[in-house]
Amino acid sequence: MLLQIIRKPFHLSYYQLVIAFFGLALIGILFVAPTMLSPDNIKLVLRQGSIPALMAIGVTFVVISGRLDLSIGSLLSLCAILIVDLHDKVGPVIAIGAGLGIGLLVGCVNGFLVAVLRLNPLIATLGMLSLLQGISLIYSDGRNALIMDPENTWFSFIGRSYIAGIPVPIIILIIATIGFSILLRYTTFGRKIYAIGGNEAASRYSGINAKRIVFSCYVISGLMTAVAAVVFSSRVMGAQNNSGSGLELYVLSGVILGGASLFGGSGTILLSVVGVMILEFIQNGLLIVGLPYYTQWILTWIVIIAIVWSDLASKRYREHQ
Amino acid sequence: MKANDKSSQRAGEISLSVNGISKRFPGVLALDKVSVDVHAGEVHAICGENGAGKSTLMKVIAGNYRADEGDLVFRGVKIDLRSPLQAKELGILLIHQEISLVPELTVAENIFLGSLPYNRMGFVDWQQLYRRTEEVIAKAGFKLSAKDIAGELPVARQQMVEIARAVALQSSLVIFDEPTASLTEAEAKALFDTIRQLKENGVAILYISHKLPEILQISDRVSVLRDGRYQGTLQTDEVDENAITALMIGRHLENPNDRPASHPGDEVLSIDRITVPGFIDQAELSVHAGEILGMYGLVGAGRSELAEVIFGLRDSPDVSMRWHGKPVKISSPSDAVRLGIGLVPEDRKDHGLILDMGGATNMTLPALRAVQHFGFISRDKEVRIFEDYREKLQIAARGPFASVRTLSGGNQQKIVLGKWLSTHPDLLILDEPTRGVDVGAKAEIHRLISELAKAGMAIIVISSEMPEILLLSDRAIVIHNGRVTRELPRAQLSEQTLVEGITST
Repeated sequence: MLLQIIRKPFHLSYYQLVIAFFGLALIGILFVAPTMLSPDNIKLVLRQGSIPALMAIGVTFVVISGRLDLSIGSLLSLCAILIVDLHDKVGPVIAIGAGLGIGLLVGCVNGFLVAVLRLNPLIATLGMLSLLQGISLIYSDGRNALIMDPENTWFSFIGRSYIAGIPVPIIILIIATIGFSILLRYTTFGRKIYAIGGNEAASRYSGINAKRIVFSCYVISGLMTAVAAVVFSSRVMGAQNNSGSGLELYVLSGVILGGASLFGGSGTILLSVVGVMILEFIQNGLLIVGLPYYTQWILTWIVIIAIVWSDLASKRYREHQ
Repeated sequence: MKANDKSSQRAGEISLSVNGISKRFPGVLALDKVSVDVHAGEVHAICGENGAGKSTLMKVIAGNYRADEGDLVFRGVKIDLRSPLQAKELGILLIHQEISLVPELTVAENIFLGSLPYNRMGFVDWQQLYRRTEEVIAKAGFKLSAKDIAGELPVARQQMVEIARAVALQSSLVIFDEPTASLTEAEAKALFDTIRQLKENGVAILYISHKLPEILQISDRVSVLRDGRYQGTLQTDEVDENAITALMIGRHLENPNDRPASHPGDEVLSIDRITVPGFIDQAELSVHAGEILGMYGLVGAGRSELAEVIFGLRDSPDVSMRWHGKPVKISSPSDAVRLGIGLVPEDRKDHGLILDMGGATNMTLPALRAVQHFGFISRDKEVRIFEDYREKLQIAARGPFASVRTLSGGNQQKIVLGKWLSTHPDLLILDEPTRGVDVGAKAEIHRLISELAKAGMAIIVISSEMPEILLLSDRAIVIHNGRVTRELPRAQLSEQTLVEGITST
């Protein structure tokens, strides 16, 4: 009832209401911690955020197709452990190749389970989350991995360097955002993803091969997480076997904060990236204010519940018009 | 007791007066000062075209909508309904088209759902539940058994259970909204017996339908709505279908049989053998270029399922088809689209359209190949296709990329048609092409189908509306009990021969 009183006079949709809430929260934090707006801090947050944002690009494909990928947290850990460990053993090129290969493979397996065997995406990818966590623990023997001489490898360029004053991870993120936005918005492949998410049966009745498209979405998701892992490894020059723990939900909440519906059929790459960045800034503000790092987990919960509620409410509203 | 009081109304006295009800929705006046009286112990039919305001009126009476103007007087008292629940408590019950039982529960549990009797321990008092159910069933005169599982009953019996709920609630006004939409003829007969039984118990009945034969059969009086306005009330036994139709559309329909015979060309699709598990056992059929093949049969005879097998949506263990004379295997809809087959599905909203997408986006979906260049979609081409069909099919849409969700049924159906025409198919299968479409759009769609056939397209029209089959078909087949029971060239087409097809064994 209270919500209706706020919503109606401003002609806000439920989603806009939630966004307005987070916008106000961010502004509130800015008042308490004005140092957030210093160019150095902004650069820092964007560089930090480019890792989950790269993952969000992949997840956006999956979410628009009407499905979920919750395996990406462990996938990030596994890829990072693998890349860091192999870096000193066989060199950066093969290490990166192996990381990307694992991302691709996991994407294919998820795609096969969900698109071909038609398993429930939630269960299939949650299972994968557990499996990959186990594998990275076995692989690392429970130990953290470290690159011994971080000063003397070109690998550090990816995560630590600048081009024209802009951190390389941000440049990678910008290129990926533009590239995947074009793929999603202007190609037949992208159109089919929206169609499947909008109404899978009608897409099938239109001759669209839903299996192939959904499979591809999971492959993109796996691959983008591997790319994020490359950036992560290079930035940290080390990896723990729980580096990505919790990221699956954090990234998902950024994506839906950016307007992608969990029912599928809507969302854009750019807004997903922006969604993740908003979360990063809120979290950065909370850190500056003096709250501990793990408030991120609580933030994730708030975002997910608020957005899922708004998504459901507006769907009901639409269908009862 | 209050409950007893509810159902005690004498036959003949006015149960409900609708006085000058108006209801406005954004952009439309759905009801314009409608007044109607319903008597106790009468079946009062409300008919009109789609969009005439029947459903809106019923929803106002059942408390789903509030009228903008006018009032309702129920059993002598002016009422102001704020919710369906309130209407239910007063004794007004709307029985929806779709059956809303809990399939796993028993008949008794379904009838008393929400008001199950409890014993002192707080558990369901089964004895009392079954006793009261037997009482209700006996009072209504239904052939039901309290302990049967609802989901296992035939549809007509399930509908009885819904109606028994009305009896249990001691409703004095029961509204039926297109109750025979998913019933076979035999089931519809059973329903009518049920309704007559209710009527004898003094219940007032509002019966909405657009099927005139049915209205003539069941109703005592019939009121007609057109464009939200009340047109008049007729004594059913004094009128025929034409008189009602004239009121419904304000003019007389042309005779559908005045059409020159077509000259079909080569065989486009011929099915030597097709089995649809659970429905059809080794049927054969063929359709030629420039020919409209009508496929008639009752709901549930497997006609849509047959179309799904042809279109690659459904597997069949035993199918052998030839396309333009050459054997083909169609294992997915994309195979079918590639060959040049289009399917306008029965369920427009679930299978035909992506409701949140625009008209252009929907139209180009099966033909993305034609609007792309190296995988990139050309917006110009999309818009051109959309504008092309918008003009040809007279589609009232706001723009190429505006969501099709809010369009009327007729316009939505035209978008589905445009979608398939844009693929330039050799064979177009239309499954109930005019269901839920108003009479004006229906005539346009019929004219379009004829024109397409004249231009050389092979067309299969699946319909359970006999007039549609009679109007369109150059040749018709009747499917019944898993077999093609009749194949009728146009010269032998008549209601008589079609009915023989579904009654013969």
